[in-house]
Amino acid sequence: MSNSKPVLNSSLGRKLIMSLTGIFLCLFLIVHLIGNLQLFKNDAGYAFNQYAYFMTHFTPIKVVSYLLYASIILHAIYALVLTMKNKAARPIGYAQFNGAANSKWNSRNMGILGTIILVFLATHMYNFWWKYHNDQVPYVEYRTDLATGETAVQEIQATEFNDYQVTVENNVEIIKARDLYKQVDFAFQNIGIVIFYVLAMAALSFHLIHGFKSAFQTLGVSHKKYVPIIEFLGVWVFGIIIPIGFALMPLYFYFVK
Amino acid sequence: MAQHMNLTLKVWRQKNDKTKGKFVTIQAKDIADDMSFLEMLDVVNEDLTRKGEDPIYFDHDCREGICGMCSLVINGRPHGPKYGITTCQLHMRSFHDGQTIVIEPWRAAAFPVLKDLAVDRTSFDRIQQAGGYVNVNTGGVPDANTIPIPKRIADEAFESATCIGCGACVAACKNASAMLFVSAKISQFALLPQGQTERYERAQAMIDQMDAEGFGNCTNTGACEAECPKGIKLSNIARMNREYFGAKFFREEDVHTHS
Ligand code: HEM
Ligand code: SF4
Ligand code: FES
Repeated sequence: MSNSKPVLNSSLGRKLIMSLTGIFLCLFLIVHLIGNLQLFKNDAGYAFNQYAYFMTHFTPIKVVSYLLYASIILHAIYALVLTMKNKAARPIGYAQFNGAANSKWNSRNMGILGTIILVFLATHMYNFWWKYHNDQVPYVEYRTDLATGETAVQEIQATEFNDYQVTVENNVEIIKARDLYKQVDFAFQNIGIVIFYVLAMAALSFHLIHGFKSAFQTLGVSHKKYVPIIEFLGVWVFGIIIPIGFALMPLYFYFVK
Repeated sequence: MAQHMNLTLKVWRQKNDKTKGKFVTIQAKDIADDMSFLEMLDVVNEDLTRKGEDPIYFDHDCREGICGMCSLVINGRPHGPKYGITTCQLHMRSFHDGQTIVIEPWRAAAFPVLKDLAVDRTSFDRIQQAGGYVNVNTGGVPDANTIPIPKRIADEAFESATCIGCGACVAACKNASAMLFVSAKISQFALLPQGQTERYERAQAMIDQMDAEGFGNCTNTGACEAECPKGIKLSNIARMNREYFGAKFFREEDVHTHS
């Protein structure tokens, strides 16, 4: 038997937690972006609101979402613990330190970038998640004539139904749902929120350009063929496509809608 | 003909690890550009000694880039403004007349200042003692090349073994992490057949010691690799992580108690 320290009390164990939670969060971003692309549909939220209901009520997805909240919390806590330990490892700093000569700016500022992301997540969860779950979004009714395929939309009162309903009467499909789409539209009419979202996505971009490849290095991946693929994905998918995709949403509602 | 220059040095002076240090400005006069950085300090020290002042204390030994003793963070860079060399290999022609040069010791809790610019790097020795060795049978000297090792592997192990234990990786790292050093020392044995006996015990013991010494945690910035005078690669750190996680998660039974 070994008398060495348990993995999770070691530097490498803590890094492993950062890496695994970070990769899990990256996977989530892909799903989140694809789902939210429905915001770009010009259907008054018909698809998006049903998707929002599904994502918040389908048990397997709920389980994954709790894992996700746990990952964010663990990732942030371990980031704080590691950052404090790293500060303690150099109690007296350099009078002159030329970090630019040997490393990228974002790799040296993961904590600051992460903190911006954390503040963003708190605002984001409050604006949409909390309001959605606490009856602070409007309600909507879609009446679709199944013969012609035409949909009529109207805002309704909450008391008229319970959470989410799909019925068919006289060949008309009636869907009543919480109108998260409207809440999104409402929030993104505020230029302050739009700017904040775009800046936060820039921080996410820099965080992931370093973070994605860093997570695999932490896991011990070093491979002639696969590391360049990981680096490519880190820059193009996680550093560019995903943050730009998300940033386009507030911009779309503010400037286009 | 060598060019000569005058320089302003801002040197960290500190009596010992119990006292606070401070920067002291010292003029370095008539320095030839073909001197090494350490020779420049020798000239300054002769001058200080003549004046009855305490010479600047700094580490050095081989003065040809192989022992790892010389250190110094020069204008914000370990071993000065060039890549791939030690301070003893740095020439004064990398500086210009009238320049101000800031000289600081390696900064890390695990490298306490002994005096002025010299730090105590015995934390590295203790990490090495924890597992950076192989057991060999006594007896007759074995024939060379009796153990087959692919050239690729031998080369890789050799490259890892070129680490001179200078500590520039720690000095360069924003987290004062020693992972490049430790990973080089783990790799040079993990790759070779002779290193297999203690393989999994080694990774755990050396990483435990590294943590106990108070080095920081790698965030994969790559500063260590860029500043390492021997070009030790980051892939060593990936290998170290594999060795450690492999030991911890899959090889616990191969790990013997080390006393
Ligand atoms: C959607 C949100 C986030 C994603 C996808 C994400 C992803 C990642 C990834 C993949 C890494 C690399 C892990 C490694 O090097 O092993 C990382 C590192 C890091 N993250 Fe995050 N992160 C997110 C949010 C945050 C937040 C909220 C914080 C801070 C409160 C944070 C702080 C850090 C820090 C300090 C590191 C560097 C630690 C290290 O490399 O050891 N991140 N992140
Ligand atoms: S890895 Fe490089 S910088 Fe670090 S101690 Fe070894 S030779 Fe020096
Ligand atoms: S004095 Fe030996 S490496 Fe510089």
